[in-house]
Amino acid sequence: MGNVSFRATSKTFPGKVPVHALDDITLEIKDGEFVALLGPSGCGKSTLLNLLAGFETRSGGELTFDGATVDKPGPDRGVVFQEASLFPWLNVWDNITFGPRVQGLKHDEYESKARAMLKLVGLEAFADALPAQLSGGMRQRVGIARVLVMSPRALLMDEPFGALDAQTRLAMQQLLLDVWQTLGTTVLFVTHDIDESILLADRICIMSARPGRITREIAVGLPRPRSIESLTTSAFAAYKAEIMAEMKIAHAG
Amino acid sequence: MKLANGLVLDNRAGKIVLGLLLPVLVVVLWQAAGPNGSLFGGVLPTPDRVWTAWKIWAFGPAGMGLNPYSGTWLDNALFSTERVAKGFGAAILVGVPLGIAIGWWRLAAQAFDPTIQVLRPIPITAWLPFSIAVFGIRDVGSVFLIALGAFYPIVINTTQGARGIDKNWIRAALMMGAKPMDVLTRVVLPASLPSIFTGLRVGLGIGWTAVIVSEMIAVKSGLGYVLWDAYYVGRMDVVIADMASIGLLGFLSDRLIIAIESWLLGWHRMQSFQA
Repeated sequence: MGNVSFRATSKTFPGKVPVHALDDITLEIKDGEFVALLGPSGCGKSTLLNLLAGFETRSGGELTFDGATVDKPGPDRGVVFQEASLFPWLNVWDNITFGPRVQGLKHDEYESKARAMLKLVGLEAFADALPAQLSGGMRQRVGIARVLVMSPRALLMDEPFGALDAQTRLAMQQLLLDVWQTLGTTVLFVTHDIDESILLADRICIMSARPGRITREIAVGLPRPRSIESLTTSAFAAYKAEIMAEMKIAHAG
Repeated sequence: MKLANGLVLDNRAGKIVLGLLLPVLVVVLWQAAGPNGSLFGGVLPTPDRVWTAWKIWAFGPAGMGLNPYSGTWLDNALFSTERVAKGFGAAILVGVPLGIAIGWWRLAAQAFDPTIQVLRPIPITAWLPFSIAVFGIRDVGSVFLIALGAFYPIVINTTQGARGIDKNWIRAALMMGAKPMDVLTRVVLPASLPSIFTGLRVGLGIGWTAVIVSEMIAVKSGLGYVLWDAYYVGRMDVVIADMASIGLLGFLSDRLIIAIESWLLGWHRMQSFQA
């Protein structure tokens, strides 16, 4: 489970000058698939993710998740935010167990899972630390662990590594590849980084702005399991050249 | 701490000495200016006389002797403190939930905000006749004035805190399955706490102002009552000792709020420090 279906979905933000953010989006994501939305800022890729997250309501068309119409946020779709958006007054452990606790689970029911997720992201030693005591990369690890602990059927990631320095970003990409290759959850990943999209995704949806549209889909055939070493292969370079060419066209159009 | 000549004063004792320099200087000059025990033709007693008056007020034998203030300091200080505590407590109980509601629900903002904004410019002193007429010369009138005075800064700062919350915190909570009440108690309230404490500190200061004003006119006990009574009978030594007592209690209660704040808001201090 974890099937996403956008059918002719559109989004207009009302106002004095209405903003036509998304136009006629049709996108199917199969269970376990890793899809990247790639495009310049303002192309509506975050809006598309927010629709699926249930943070925004669509203006037209259909949007279903595992057959049910999406109308509000929920723990079946775990969202990882760009700035992690942890609760700064809670320590790492309380941030990670926030979901199970508000869902009314008992300590015994979530403890071992939360411990496992903390270990998976390499932060066992930091359970008692406050977010302000962590680096940007560590905060984002907590952001990932707090959604994984809810066993979501889809992971929605909105430029999660965009604010990190290059080296930390590589480490986080490797971590995400390892996690995803273990769990096999459906992922919708928003990014403006071409390398990142090729490295991570099974399929890249290239978007253009005003109004936001998907202009092209590219299936990435790089073998799995991948690692950051994949970045230096010739197959990778070929995909990159193709996407760069496409995005220039997307800009001009 | 950096001194003008570039030296850095970092030790705790040094800071305390520097901070005490000005008040000590004032007291010494004041004392020296009145060799006969008073200044301005007997109106203003010197510090040693004030100190003596305070000692008798605080530790002298109580009862109907020649000095009606003897031994009554603690009782009066407690009367005032209790009124402030009651009024301030009531202001918190009403102001914080109402501020959260106004900051969070547009409907609550539309229902309450205009009334608060219109009533707020009426100074607390202007409510005195109203308070005496309605509540009489009784404790409850004084508590009412304190509560009203402390209420405004508490409700306004809480509203501000609840309004300024990072939208993604709310989204994150909903995404993790939080129900509306969870969002309020587990996200909006803790996120608003830094603003709430700003309101509490301002509100407490106004509470002390209100208690003194109301005791001078609307009740027959407390530091405010003694202040006005002593002035009437020309006991300026007691007046000044009373002023110092009010300052001391106000200072100590503010430190108490700061202590609670730093205990609850360690995360916030750490965050600001990092930023």
